[in-house]
Amino acid sequence: MAITQAELPTSGAGTVAGTRKGPSRRSVHAAGKVAANLVLVVIGLAFLVPLLWVVTTSVAEGQTLRVQWPEHFTGANFANVATTDILFRPLLNGLILCGGGTLVTVVVAILAAYPLSRYKSRLKRPFLLTILFTTGLPITAIMIPVYAMFTQLNLIDQMWSATVFMGSTALPFGIWLMKNFMDGVPVELEEVAWTDGASSMATLRRIVLPLMWPGVIVVTIFTFIGMWGNFFVPFILLIDPNQLPASVSIFTFFDPQHGGVQYGQLAAFSIFYCIPVAVLYLVMSRRLSGSFALGGALKG
Amino acid sequence: MTASTTAARPGAAPEVSGAARVPLRSRTFLRGLPLLPAVVLLLVFLAGPIVYCVYYAFTDMQLTGQTTTHFVGLANFRKAFGDDRFYNAILQTLVFTVLSAIVGQNILGLVIAMLFRLATKAVRSIVGALVVAAWVVPEIVAGYLLYAFFRDEGSLNEILAFLHLPQQNWLYTMPILAVSLANVWRGTAFSMLVYSAALSEVPQELTEAAAMDGAGLWQRFWHVTLPTIRRSVATNLMLITLQTLSVFGLIFAMTKGGPSNKSTTLPIYTYQTALQSYEIGYGTAMALVLLVIGALFSLVYLRALRPEAD
Repeated sequence: MAITQAELPTSGAGTVAGTRKGPSRRSVHAAGKVAANLVLVVIGLAFLVPLLWVVTTSVAEGQTLRVQWPEHFTGANFANVATTDILFRPLLNGLILCGGGTLVTVVVAILAAYPLSRYKSRLKRPFLLTILFTTGLPITAIMIPVYAMFTQLNLIDQMWSATVFMGSTALPFGIWLMKNFMDGVPVELEEVAWTDGASSMATLRRIVLPLMWPGVIVVTIFTFIGMWGNFFVPFILLIDPNQLPASVSIFTFFDPQHGGVQYGQLAAFSIFYCIPVAVLYLVMSRRLSGSFALGGALKG
Repeated sequence: MTASTTAARPGAAPEVSGAARVPLRSRTFLRGLPLLPAVVLLLVFLAGPIVYCVYYAFTDMQLTGQTTTHFVGLANFRKAFGDDRFYNAILQTLVFTVLSAIVGQNILGLVIAMLFRLATKAVRSIVGALVVAAWVVPEIVAGYLLYAFFRDEGSLNEILAFLHLPQQNWLYTMPILAVSLANVWRGTAFSMLVYSAALSEVPQELTEAAAMDGAGLWQRFWHVTLPTIRRSVATNLMLITLQTLSVFGLIFAMTKGGPSNKSTTLPIYTYQTALQSYEIGYGTAMALVLLVIGALFSLVYLRALRPEAD
């Protein structure tokens, strides 16, 4: 990691220094700050415009595809989608599916992370690299055999099997993050407990977990957010409309039987659908500066 | 891939026999035991389907109108490599991945993270929140948002009209560019977070010393910053590349692969073949190609992650 002095560009540095002239360092710095702010504002606007559309459309009467101030405000779109069939059942299904899947991922990842973090083995590095590779395994590529397997074993269209499958697909990322968080807990504390005769599972529960609960929460929330937005897995594995989570049921707004695309209702539904993950993310980043914890845990 | 991990160090000093080895072995086994649930789930739900994927790819399995499945050897692959739509799907996948992940998300994420170090706190937190918001939004919602954004009567053309720039129907004229930009919009937050964390660990003295020596902005970035965050770059590239290779919902919501297959990436074409035309065998053969492409990308990045390369 460390950069030796030799790697710094020493040759030719003098000429560069010689040509430096004009404004003082401080004003260069101030100009840099203004420029950075300006560029960031432009980037921020580019990210804002599509998000703005969903808000303006949800409260506007009539159909529109562009961001514009609504001439007539209405709450009708929200009222129209706030029914059991359209909104509440899909949200509940999503909660069961993603909540259950997250539980599977987090529990199994904690168990797996412990030996990976604490013991040395020649197999550890290959295993971890496999995990890292599996993290990005194109799930779309294996969904066809999974679909065939689920059909043959009569697991298709069953909530519990879809839940366990969702949990398994999130497992590699969960293990990877959890192991990195666990590495941050010093092993010395446990060594004392071990010499007192405590089992490794006891030290995991009483010493390691209490010290890394922010990490556990980060993994939990990220796993849940990932699953909440997952469209393809429930789209393939669940069939019965009464079992579909919001990520799939949203397609009904494109149903030609309902007279074309209902953009207003789609926008209102999207807002309802986004609220849980937005709240979770806010809670996490407020309480734990979670984004940086995630970034820190992702270093190679 | 993972099964033997529970019995760690299987080959350690195999010649040594006697009582002393046994407790050590059982201890190693006990230590690895917590890995078991993870290994079982990964084997059943991820490794299993991959093996099945390989098997199906060599059969003529179909879901309808056919009772028996035959082993057909390389027929599916021969069919694939004689199929123009398959070549098109590979091309679209590579364009999509390079454009949106390797160039778009990666560089934009790095640029934002570097600008954050210069910007004022208010700008930093507002822009950061917007970028992250685009990432937290569920995939399908993101797809619809950007569908509306790129539509003929959508916001992008309105902005272009305001700036007196030529407008066009993006989803028809260049759908692959539209879905790529959509993926940049949706995924940049991840790279931004990774690089923000990585840059915060680049020692200040190092860049300052380089600045003292007269190194310009670009030189400092190229010779000081980049080598220091090299491992983060490799990890980030690997994760976002693999993620982007398998993007389905975003494209499905925006274009369904159309018009006339101009945004049909491999996941979309695989889905059409296997689950709409019910040609499971042919579809999995293509899925296998997708896995191989992912593995090839990973190998490149893993080389950069090797510890001895430090």
